[in-house]
Amino acid sequence: MNFEFLELTELRKLLDEKKVSSVELAKYFLGRIKKYQDLNAFITVTEEEAELQAKVADDYIASPGENPFLCGIPYAAKDMFLTKGIRTTAASKILDNYVPPFDSTIIAKLKEQKAVLLGKTNQDQFAHGSSGESSAYGFTLNPWDKTRMPAGSSSGSGAGVSAGLAPYALGTDTGGSIRGPASFCGVTGYKPTYGRTSRYGVISMASSMDTQGFLCLSVEDAAHIAEYISGHDPKDASTGALEVPEYHKNLQADLNGLKVGLPKEYFLEGMEPGVEKRVQEAIKQIEKLGATIVEVSLPSTHYGQMVYAIITPSEISSNLAKYDGIRFGHSTAEAKDLLEVYNKSRAEGFGDEAKRRIMTGTYVLSAGYYDAYYKRAQKIRRLLVNEFEQVFKQVDVLLTPTSPNVALKSGLAQHDPIYAYIADRLLVNCNLAGIPAISVPCGFALPADGETPSADGLPVGLQIIGPQWGEQKIFNVGYAYQQATDWHKKHPSI
Amino acid sequence: MLSKDEVLHIAKLARIELKDVEVEKFQKDLSAVLDYVEELKSIDTEGLDEISQVTGLVNVQRNDVVVQTEDREAILSQAPETKDGYYKVKAIL
Repeated sequence: MNFEFLELTELRKLLDEKKVSSVELAKYFLGRIKKYQDLNAFITVTEEEAELQAKVADDYIASPGENPFLCGIPYAAKDMFLTKGIRTTAASKILDNYVPPFDSTIIAKLKEQKAVLLGKTNQDQFAHGSSGESSAYGFTLNPWDKTRMPAGSSSGSGAGVSAGLAPYALGTDTGGSIRGPASFCGVTGYKPTYGRTSRYGVISMASSMDTQGFLCLSVEDAAHIAEYISGHDPKDASTGALEVPEYHKNLQADLNGLKVGLPKEYFLEGMEPGVEKRVQEAIKQIEKLGATIVEVSLPSTHYGQMVYAIITPSEISSNLAKYDGIRFGHSTAEAKDLLEVYNKSRAEGFGDEAKRRIMTGTYVLSAGYYDAYYKRAQKIRRLLVNEFEQVFKQVDVLLTPTSPNVALKSGLAQHDPIYAYIADRLLVNCNLAGIPAISVPCGFALPADGETPSADGLPVGLQIIGPQWGEQKIFNVGYAYQQATDWHKKHPSI
Repeated sequence: MLSKDEVLHIAKLARIELKDVEVEKFQKDLSAVLDYVEELKSIDTEGLDEISQVTGLVNVQRNDVVVQTEDREAILSQAPETKDGYYKVKAIL
C-alpha cells in the first residue's frame, strides 16, 4: 500500500484500525526521504529517533482509550525549530554542531500528541531568503521541475510535502516563507496570526513578524494541525490569550453571506498571464460557492516590501548578536583576544545573506540614520496596519495571487541582494500587520521564462488573507474551495 | 554608493571581520538595498505613530515564581570552553 499523499484523517483511520503501525509508516516515509534525497529537502534525518517515537506511539495505540489525533503520524520540521538532543542548524555553518538542550514549544506539543519526527528540513540560512538558496547545505530542488527553485525560506518543507516525503512539515513565515514554497510546490501552506503560535525555541529572525505554521496536503489537514500547535504560551509573552477555536469541527463549506475582497494592488501589471488566469478562475469558483466578490483597495501596498526591507534586517542584526562564539555555535580557532573571538567566529560562521542583513540592519539603526530609515519604516508600517483594519470592516477575507509567477529557475537569488524582498512583495504585508493567511493550489500555468518538463505547467497559488485572529474564515474559504476542486490532489511525478 | 570606510565601520559595529573582497562586495550590496528603499523618503508620515507590536499587547507580566528551567550541564555542554561550571572567555584587553 502507498501512504504518500494520504490526508491525516485517512492516516488516523489506518492507525486506529491497526491496518498499519506507526513504525511501518515511519519506515515508509524514511524510505522515501532516502530515495528522493537528490531533492536535498532534509538537512538531518532522524531515523533512530523516529523509530523510537513510532514504537512509543504504537504502544499507546495498543493501549485502551482514544488516541490523540496526530499520534503515530510522521512529520518533518524546518531546521529553525529547536529539537532536544537533535542537531538544529538554521541551515547555517555557525550552528553546524549545535544540539539544543530543550524543545521549542511547538515540538513539545507535537511530542505530547505522540507525533513522529522524521527529520529537519532544509531552508534559507536563518530563514533569510525566498528561494532556499542561502542555505549552507545546498539548494533544495522543486519536485515539479528540478531545474527550478521550491521558493523559500521553508524550501525543504515545501519540496518535502510536495514530493510525499512527509504528510506535513513545520515552517516559519516572517515575510512569506511558508506561503511562497506552498505556491511554487503546489501544496497548502498556513501562516497564523502573529502570536497565535509560540515563538519559544524557534530560532529568531525578525521577532515582531515571526510566525510558525506548516505546509500540508489540504485545508482540512491544516485546520487539524493548527488546533494542536496553537495557543498562549507563558514562555512567549507575545502570544495572545485568546482561546484557540476548534478549527476542524467548525469548518464550513457554505460561503453564502461571505464577503470577499480583491485588493486591486495585488494584481500586478507584470504578473504572468497563466497565473492571472488561474487565480481569476479560482475567484469565480469561490463566487459560485456563495461568496460576494468586491474590489477593494489597499493603497500603500507597494511600500510594504520596502518597509519590510528595513525592519527585518534591523531585527535580524539585533537577534543575531547572540552568536558570539562563546556560549554555543561555531567558535573560531584563530582568536588572540575576546574581540577577535566575536569578529572571526561570526565571519567564519555566517553566510553572505546573513552578513548582508546584519550589516544592513546595523546601518539603518546606527546613529544619524535611525530616524530616516527605521523610525520612518515603523510609521509607514502603521499606515499598512490601518489600511488592513479599514478593509476588514468591509469584507471578511481577501483573495490574491500568492506569487505573480510560477517557480523560477534555480540560481537567480543566490547573488541578488534584493531578490527576496521583491519575490515576497505580495506576502510581507501580512507579516507587517500580523494577520493570518493561507496559500492553496489553484491550478497550473506554463512559466514565462522557458520550458518545463512538467506537462501541465507549474503550480499556481491562491492566497486567502484574513483579519487578526480570523483563521477560521480563511480555513472555511480554503476548505470550501478544496471541496469543489481537486488541484490540491495533484502531485508531481518524481 | 557606500564608501569602503563606511562598510568597515558597519562591520566593526556588527562584529564581523571582512576580507578585502567582501568590503567591495558589501559596498555594492548594501547600497543596492538602500537604493531599493529610497522611495519611502517621499511618503508623508506626518501624524503616523510608529508601530512594532501589532496585536495590541502592552506590558505583559508573569507571576514572579521560581521554575525549573533547562539543565545547566546540557546548556554548558554546547560551549566551546568552560571551566568550573562557567563559560571561559579570552582576555578582554
